[in-house]
Amino acid sequence: MSEALVAGPSGTAPAVALAGSPWALARRRLVRNRIAMAMLGVFLLIVVACLAAPLYANYVADTDPFRSNLDGTTIVDGKEVPIMQSETEGLGLGVTPIGPTWDPQHYFLGADNQGRDVAARLLYGGRNSLIIGAAAALLTCIIATLIGLAAGFFGGGIDGVLSRALDIVWAFPVYLLAISLSTVLLTSGISLGPISIEAGSLWLPIAIIGGVYVPYIARPIRGEVLTLRNREFIEAAVGLGASTWRILWSDVLPNILTTVIVCFPIVMAIAMLTEAALSFLSIGVQPPDASWGTIILDGQGLLYTRPAVAIAPGIAIALTVLSLNVLGDGIRDALDPRAKIKRHRVG
Amino acid sequence: MLFYLARKVISTVFVLFSISVLVFLIFFATPGVDPAARIAGRNADQETLKQVRKDFGLDRPMPVQYAVMMKKLFITRDLTSFVNRGAKVIPQVLEAAPVTLSLVFGAAVIWVVVSIAMGLVAAMFRGSPLDAGLMILGLIGISMPVFWLGEVVNLLSQSRLHDTFLFSWVPPLGYTPFTESPVGWFKSLLLPWLTLSVLYIGIYARVLRSSLVEAQEEDYVRTARGKGISEQRVWIRHTLRTSMIVFVSLFGLDFGALVGGAALLTEVVFGLQGVGKLTYDALQNLDLPVIMATVMYAAFFVVLANAIVDLLYVSLDPRVRRA
Repeated sequence: MSEALVAGPSGTAPAVALAGSPWALARRRLVRNRIAMAMLGVFLLIVVACLAAPLYANYVADTDPFRSNLDGTTIVDGKEVPIMQSETEGLGLGVTPIGPTWDPQHYFLGADNQGRDVAARLLYGGRNSLIIGAAAALLTCIIATLIGLAAGFFGGGIDGVLSRALDIVWAFPVYLLAISLSTVLLTSGISLGPISIEAGSLWLPIAIIGGVYVPYIARPIRGEVLTLRNREFIEAAVGLGASTWRILWSDVLPNILTTVIVCFPIVMAIAMLTEAALSFLSIGVQPPDASWGTIILDGQGLLYTRPAVAIAPGIAIALTVLSLNVLGDGIRDALDPRAKIKRHRVG
Repeated sequence: MLFYLARKVISTVFVLFSISVLVFLIFFATPGVDPAARIAGRNADQETLKQVRKDFGLDRPMPVQYAVMMKKLFITRDLTSFVNRGAKVIPQVLEAAPVTLSLVFGAAVIWVVVSIAMGLVAAMFRGSPLDAGLMILGLIGISMPVFWLGEVVNLLSQSRLHDTFLFSWVPPLGYTPFTESPVGWFKSLLLPWLTLSVLYIGIYARVLRSSLVEAQEEDYVRTARGKGISEQRVWIRHTLRTSMIVFVSLFGLDFGALVGGAALLTEVVFGLQGVGKLTYDALQNLDLPVIMATVMYAAFFVVLANAIVDLLYVSLDPRVRRA
């Protein structure tokens, strides 16, 4: 008997060794996912580089990326050359900004049509793109959680109104909704009760992008809360006399948190793409501020002569969004072990 | 079935009405600036503002303003732009619609065919490097901004590689009507089609793969195999068919949104004068009546596409009729 008992645990020893909180388990699974970890590295690298934008602009490139510099000069191969060069190809009309010098101290990626350092603008623009993406995703997740909790838990009239509202926004093409809101608010800003956002503020794209994606998260959360509400442990909590707030806070919320966490990186990826599109349409981040979208717009006119201006921010967006997507997949696999088990069984 | 249809029609009408109210509220009732000033465009004079107020009934109660707007859009169809003085908006939208339809239709054919192939192959070779490779490829497609991809395509096909055999056939940017020259139409749209479809190929291949994988675990698939049905038949008749349910419902939403103007970034980059480009041009000088009309037109297309998809759904999955 006792031998059997001793032998039993030895067979399950790995499981005992792995035990810990579900979060610790998930973290361990995520860390073992090499592709996800590599992409996390890429993402962090981009974030750090963008945070260091002022350092690069002030100490390395020694340039002000927000002031036009049409008469300035820079140094290439030890020689002083003008930033805006007279056209030598084609019809010989007009001036072309200097192309990439691949020298981090002097216009690494060349200049845009106002003679500003594209590399420095790329880093500053990345800050705005990342801030807008992260803040919008956070906003989406918070609002969606609140709506999903209220609609799913209270049901009845509250659910009816909220679900209808979500349906209508859902039926509206996201881009067009974002475009309409941006156009209307672009010049005037908005003041809704205590919240007031000035025109040209970064909060405007954050609020708009954060708002339009709410239904995509709120609907699945509502569904989950609906099924949770009928589970025994909720009933037990009700039977014990727990208040509604207590049940929502300590019984329901922890159970939907995984969904929210899985959604966050993916919403951030989508938000960054949306920001880029709005800025490219000139209704997102407003000049003189930059974002990766506005730099692509700046580069559009120079596409055939100085393609680096438009191509560099696009690569930056694609890399960031890709790393967020891969990370999102990794987090989903780590938090939802059933998906993993399923995969092991057959493949 | 009849009951189901009737319910569907009622809910479609309800959603259409709600969306029109939402669009109206966004443009006329957002707190901030006087809607007359918005409609009149930048730096409008007092005379124009007065004209706008009278035209749109802005001094009257909200429901009346809404009715006036709807009448202008759908009954008299004489909504006029104040930025482009006197230009009628609705004919512009109708004129642009064939361009958008051509663009979206071609792209849809490409993305449906390619993504089904990709999803099937990835699911069949699950766990292999081929599966991983295809899915990463799809993820890269999802991660690129479409307007940027379009610019890179332009850079290569119009400038850098234009003189090579690869892209020497590419016409200058712009649209050639099908009625004018079918070949020219095809040439002018092939690259825009491919560019637009990249994103959707990525999304659909991934969605299809995961629902195929899920369906393969179902008992009825095991039963089908047990009966000795050929592997090909199992995949096509049993697995793919059920997996297409998700695919079709997604397709309806996306196709509707694209026809409605969500393809505007592709249209802008490739210089195609479609509904999206119309919206874009209106954005450049904040021409609100045009934006309002295109947004409304778009929303209607999405809702209609959804209604059609719901009907398709019923034929794919009869259970829905009872739900």
